[in-house]
Order: sequence, then C-alpha cells, then structure tokens
Amino acid sequence: MPLVELAHARSGDKGDTANVGLIALKPEYYPILVKHVTAARVARHFKGMITGPVERYELPNLHALNFLLHGALDGGGTISLKTDAQGKVFSTALLRLELELPR
Amino acid sequence: MTPRPATVRIAAGQGFWGDWLEAPYRQVTGGPVDYLMMDYLAEVTMSILQKQKARDPSLGYATDFIPLLERILPIVAERRIKVTANAGGVNPRGCAQAVAETARRLRLGGKLRIGVVTGDDLLGRLDGLLARGHELRNLDTGRPLSDVRDRVLSANAYLGASPVVEALRGGADIVVTGRVTDTGLTLAPMMHAFGWQPDAWDLLAAGTVAGHTIECGAQSSGGNSLVDWQRVPDLANVGYPIVDAAPDGTFEICKHPGTGGRISVAGVTEQLVYEMGNPAEYITPDCVADFTTIRLEQTGKDRVRVSGVRGRPATDQLKVSIGYFYGYKAVGTLVYAWPDAYEKARAADRILRQRLADLGLAFEAVLTEFVGVDATHGPLARATAPLDRLPEVQLRIGVRSPDKSSVERFTREIAPLILNGPPSVTGFAGGRPKPEEIVAYWPALLDKQMVAPCVEVVEV
Repeated sequence: MPLVELAHARSGDKGDTANVGLIALKPEYYPILVKHVTAARVARHFKGMITGPVERYELPNLHALNFLLHGALDGGGTISLKTDAQGKVFSTALLRLELELPR
Repeated sequence: MTPRPATVRIAAGQGFWGDWLEAPYRQVTGGPVDYLMMDYLAEVTMSILQKQKARDPSLGYATDFIPLLERILPIVAERRIKVTANAGGVNPRGCAQAVAETARRLRLGGKLRIGVVTGDDLLGRLDGLLARGHELRNLDTGRPLSDVRDRVLSANAYLGASPVVEALRGGADIVVTGRVTDTGLTLAPMMHAFGWQPDAWDLLAAGTVAGHTIECGAQSSGGNSLVDWQRVPDLANVGYPIVDAAPDGTFEICKHPGTGGRISVAGVTEQLVYEMGNPAEYITPDCVADFTTIRLEQTGKDRVRVSGVRGRPATDQLKVSIGYFYGYKAVGTLVYAWPDAYEKARAADRILRQRLADLGLAFEAVLTEFVGVDATHGPLARATAPLDRLPEVQLRIGVRSPDKSSVERFTREIAPLILNGPPSVTGFAGGRPKPEEIVAYWPALLDKQMVAPCVEVVEV
C-alpha cells in the first residue's frame, strides 16, 4: 500500500539535514506508521539520496512521526546546488514509499 | 497597574522577508487584533544585511518594513495595535529611525513609542570571545570557528522574548529588533499582557508553540498545506493566522472572518512538525518546549484549540548564527523538447562535463538535475517516469568552487551547447548565468552570560 494513502507530510531543513513530519490521515493509521515506517525502512527508501543516517521521533499526541534525514541537501542552505536546497519536497518523496502490509 | 486582559490576539503578518505585502494590512484591518507579529530574518539574511550596512551605514535592516509601516501605521496607531518585528536586522537603530521618520511624516509625532532591541550582534566582539576561550564550534561539524574566522561576515546571538517584553513594558508600540527568535516575537506579547514570569516554563512553552504555529504565516492557515489541498477554499484571499491566547497558556489558532484558507487540526499539525528536530526538546532562549505534549482540537470552523503544552527550564546557552564566505556557485539551464527529450538532455550533460574536464577546471561539486524527471524526487521518481515519452526536460547543472574564475568559465560553457550540442534545445532567454557568492551558515552555542540584550524605548 502506498504511504500517500495513509499519511500526509511536511518537510523543511536545518543545515544539511532535511526533516520530514509524517502525519497519519486518520488516528487509527498511526500505529501502522509506527510499526512499518521505521528509521531503517526510510533510510532504505532514500538510499542514494542522502549521505547520513536517519533518525525517527514519535509524536503520538499528533499522530505523527518526525524523521531527520542527515546529509540530504548537498551541504544545505546557500551551499547546496539542488533545486530543493531547503528540503521542501522530501515530504512527498517519503510518501512514495510502498508499505508491505498484511491483508 | 492596568488590568490583565482576558485574551490577547496576536496576528502573523509576515512569515519571511518577501512574504505577501497585503497580509499585514489585512491583518490590522480585517478584525480585532492586539498585536501584529512580523518575522523577517532567515539564517543567512543577516550576512546580506551586514554587507548592505558596510556599503551604507544607514542600511542593514529589512527595508520593505518601512513602506509597509507607512501603509499601516495610521491604523495601528488609531486601534492601539502593537507591532513586534525582527526587521531591524543588523541595524535595529537605523530601522527604528526610519520608522520614526515615517511616523512623523504621517503626523503621528507624540502618538507612538518605538522600542529597539539590540545586543545580539557579536561581529565586533568575536575575537574577544575567541580569545577568552569561547570556541563557537560548528554545531553540525564540531569544527572551531577559528577555521573560518577570517571569512566571517556576520555573527548574531538569538535573543529570546525577554528584551521584547521589556520594550513593551516600557510602553513601546512598535518593537524593532535584531536577531530575536521567530517564536519570541509571539511569546513576548503573551508574557507582557498576562504577566507571565520568566520561569513559568509551561506557559513559556505554550507561547513558544503559539509562535512556532504562526511564524511561517499562512503555512498554518491553508497555504502550502498538503492535506486535502485541492479543497482549501479561496487561497487567493487567504487569511493569515491569529493566535487568540488565554492567560492559562491555552490558545486558539484562527483567522479573520470572510478570508480564504483553512485552519484545521491536520493543517496546524503540518506546521507544528515543520523544521522540527527532537520534538521533546524544542530549545529556545526562553524555555525548552515539549511538542509531544501538545493537544489539538477543532473547536469551530477555522478554529483549532491548542492546550496541554509542557515546558522545561531554558538552557544556559544561546544559539549563535554566523555567516561566512564559502566560495562561488552558478547554475545553468537548458530546455530540451520531444522527441527523446530526456536522452538529449543527458547527452548535453555528458558533453558539458567532458568540456569542463578538458578545460581542467576544478570544482568542489558539479550537480546535474533533469527538471521534469528527477529534480525533486531523485531516483525515486526516475524509476517510474515515462522517460522515453516526456514532452520536455530541463537540464539544470550547477557547480561550486572556491575559485571564482572556474565558476565564471563554467557560465560560458552553457550557451554554446545550443548550436554545438544535441538538437531541439531552447529556453536560454535569461542569458548567461551569474556566479554567485556563497555565504554559508555556521551555527554555534555561546554562554548566555556573554550576551547582554539592550532595550531602548524612544518617543516619536
């Protein structure tokens, strides 16, 4: 199942790190996100696009997960040559993730 | 002593320097508000302003602020709306002077007081600080500032809400600051109006969350909001967010009636997680806010109630934002048309790279993106895109180097490809790209006791 059917997201930058806040579209989807959208799974998803590790934080109160993607922005801010130098669309890039959910 | 108000309404007017010019005017005319908060400073803005000030000592602040105030000053003076803005950049006194002149021109002399917050600018004190053992190590890389000291262009400590509170207590109607945090500009009016003490950590955290919610303007009222975006009504007429705050630290996010956009739990959540690090430790000069304690509730159409926010004591350090000269960069683009648009763009990239190598040019980085294919989602998008059928592709290639002449030479290698590279190419009307100076960002920490905010309040 594509993650875009379970969640919405917003992303931004801090230096060379992009953050992606991933928010369950319904509260009952949040445990699915917690279980399946792990830091390791996200790191695998972004393989070749980021040079550093992935950290994950949980915000059960907002039914949201926050991911920090280190080394995502070609140096970040003004240094970066990327179109998305400030990581604004890493959010929707994460939503391309396909989850293997049991039927 | 004036009685404490039951609620205070703080309106967001600018989410960044360059935000919608209509927003502040609409915020002060569209319904009742007590404060107008305007955030102007991004991380590297200070370096740009420092350069402007070096050329003209009367500059160095957000110049857009002055014509904007010219438009709204009569209204805010009449309605007793107070303004908090970090438009002062690296020259808050110069900015305040320009505001005063504008006010006098509008015959508001004797009717307004301007507060000026300074003390954040550390540029002139850097060597003294380094000599006393404050290394200002880069928070990301751990390197000491001495590595790039001779290339530093600006250095500013992030001040919190306290000096803004002091200016408001001194009767200021317009508070102009240097590098005060975005959140401090919203928290300060709440501390001032409700008499919150500087160690009331839960309250300060609540005000900080309020500030974070509205500091990016319409991003919490329907702008750039992914959830259900096609049905967000009337963005052309979007209402910027307003914090309707209560003395107990709870508040509602709302907007003026009759405006477009949408305020929903989902949309406010998107803004809460924006530029988030560890959500349990949102560190500001004022407190450490715990975003995992926030409760959101839709209390009406375009009204979201925020409650439950917990905070912890502030740390004994301030973040310092340092800008330093890094090198040069340039980005060139060409557009290739069907048929084989992507293949043509790829061929042009290979040819260009071979020419750069043959010229022996040295670059720290060369980055190619194919806009229409992979510029936003990289290989994730390339894997599923119909690469052989694309109607057009933009080749976008950028270089970065400490050596200006290499970057300049690169900028002359784009146009020739139009006639001596792959066919069906266009989109070069803008001319040769310009080499751009890179001012990079160096975040660091400094002991709080080394920074003394200074507050002045002057009558117009």
